[in-house]
Amino acid sequence: MRRVRRWGPGLLLVSPSIVLIAIFVYGLIGWNVKVSLSNWRQAQPSYHYQGLQAYRDLNSDPVWWSFDVKHLVLFTVVFIVGTLIVGWSLAFLLDKGVRGEGFFRAVYLFPMAVSFIASGIVWRWLMNPAPGDRETGLNAIFDKLGLHVLANQWYLGQNWGMAAMAMPAIWALSGYVMALFLAGFRGVPEELREAARMDGASELRVYRHVVFPHLRPVTLAALIILGHISIKVFDLIVAIGGKQVITQVPAVYMWINIYDARDYAKGAAIATLLLVVISVLVVPYLVFTVRSERRV
Amino acid sequence: MSAASAARPLASPGRRRLHRRHASALVPKYLGLLLLAVIVLMPVYILVVTSFKGVAETDVSHAWSIPHAWTLDGWRAAWDALSPNLKNSVELVIPATLISTVLGSLNGFVLSKWRFPGSDLVFTFFLFGMFIPYQAIMIPLTQLFGDVHFPEGIPRLVFAHVVYGIPITALIFRNYYATIPNDLMEAARMDRAGMFRSYWSVVLPISMPAFVVAAIWQFTSIWNDFLFAVFIVTDPTKWPVTVALNNTAGSMVTTYNVQMAAALLASLPTLVVYILLGRYFMRGLMAGALKG
Repeated sequence: MRRVRRWGPGLLLVSPSIVLIAIFVYGLIGWNVKVSLSNWRQAQPSYHYQGLQAYRDLNSDPVWWSFDVKHLVLFTVVFIVGTLIVGWSLAFLLDKGVRGEGFFRAVYLFPMAVSFIASGIVWRWLMNPAPGDRETGLNAIFDKLGLHVLANQWYLGQNWGMAAMAMPAIWALSGYVMALFLAGFRGVPEELREAARMDGASELRVYRHVVFPHLRPVTLAALIILGHISIKVFDLIVAIGGKQVITQVPAVYMWINIYDARDYAKGAAIATLLLVVISVLVVPYLVFTVRSERRV
Repeated sequence: MSAASAARPLASPGRRRLHRRHASALVPKYLGLLLLAVIVLMPVYILVVTSFKGVAETDVSHAWSIPHAWTLDGWRAAWDALSPNLKNSVELVIPATLISTVLGSLNGFVLSKWRFPGSDLVFTFFLFGMFIPYQAIMIPLTQLFGDVHFPEGIPRLVFAHVVYGIPITALIFRNYYATIPNDLMEAARMDRAGMFRSYWSVVLPISMPAFVVAAIWQFTSIWNDFLFAVFIVTDPTKWPVTVALNNTAGSMVTTYNVQMAAALLASLPTLVVYILLGRYFMRGLMAGALKG
């Protein structure tokens, strides 16, 4: 009884949050799954069970596989690889300390403070595919510099458009990944580096055998973070490509299904699939980190 | 959290020995850093110069040059288009940030310093809520708001951001409070201080840094949010600035100078916070290494 008096108030204080999370995260997820299994395919809500019909429709929807999923895969690969490379390089360059490090860090990180809706406006200008006198941005400067061969369709390109679409995302997230890696680099005890140097290892070998292996947890964290951002990417695509099918991804298609087509079951099915894919990525990581924290 | 704790020692380079090398090795390093800084800042250059141009100068031949005649026309038009929505965003972000930081502080305190059986489980239960794609709750959420006749517009957004901000704010405060020595808490207990006394007189007075970090995080993500706003708020006069900005910029009749001025205008609050409190912003990112 005395022990309950000890921890009881704590539980009581957190319980409103527990209830809110239980209802608004877990409860609504369940509700959403129910919508995806219903025949709510018009503006009026309706919950008659129709099984996996919405998922089957999605599977046979020509837009789903050959646009949404294909776009998302290409975007994700380019975005993750690009952000890891740029972020890692920035951290590597800053690792040993440079003059004005604070300035560089602040510059690389600032895009995190800006919304994709706002930065999308300038990126749409930079990647404007319009020719001739409507030309702007990168194509305009390529022409000015006599590099017309480089001018291209950017995000409206037939096959590689989504790779261009990843550029603003790389721009936005590289600083974040830099900060993660920089912390990783600096988390390697100086004594370890020193010991390797004493053994006659060159600076290159110190990095390869001492520093890089230490970066694995950070790399994993960065992969998980970038991966889940990428899978649910929405604002950026809306800001730059709008609702066009040529830049469409699942999150945008979900929005279109609800706002334009009023097909709630199909929208809910897309949302459920997004959740499943992200859970597969995140849940093992969450369990792993909370467990390893407890061990400490 | 592995990432978060690995992230803590962002030691300044002064502490570590600088390995002096030949200048020839340093030149490419600084060149690389500068080049990347220029690339990162390029969109800002475009935003600023275009926003001060007249319409006549936004054509292809002047695309990258600075304005010949600086004008505020773009800014004026952007202000006219966005000022009601800026007001909405302010009315959204202030209460939502305040409520969620206070809630986060209380949750973080209990989850790290006044634990109960299963508190780690509760924490994990919260954390998952941080990673879910909000699309997966959006249809039921709008439906539920309608069913219970929740006041429309901004109040719905405040509520949503407070609820879905519970995980990240709990995480930030829990990580911070974990650094408070347990002896301090024991001492308070010896004095027979109850939970609220311990929180009020021991924990709260030293919580300022965590409040700043959590407030900046929430302020930035709520101000920049588009997803919740576009699904939840149907009345255009109640739109926060992100939705209005997307609408303005998406319209074909809006000229580039107005678009760029509008984008800058909508970003100013978060940019000012970043410039003034960048250090704390960084810490929030690190705590949120478990979040995107």
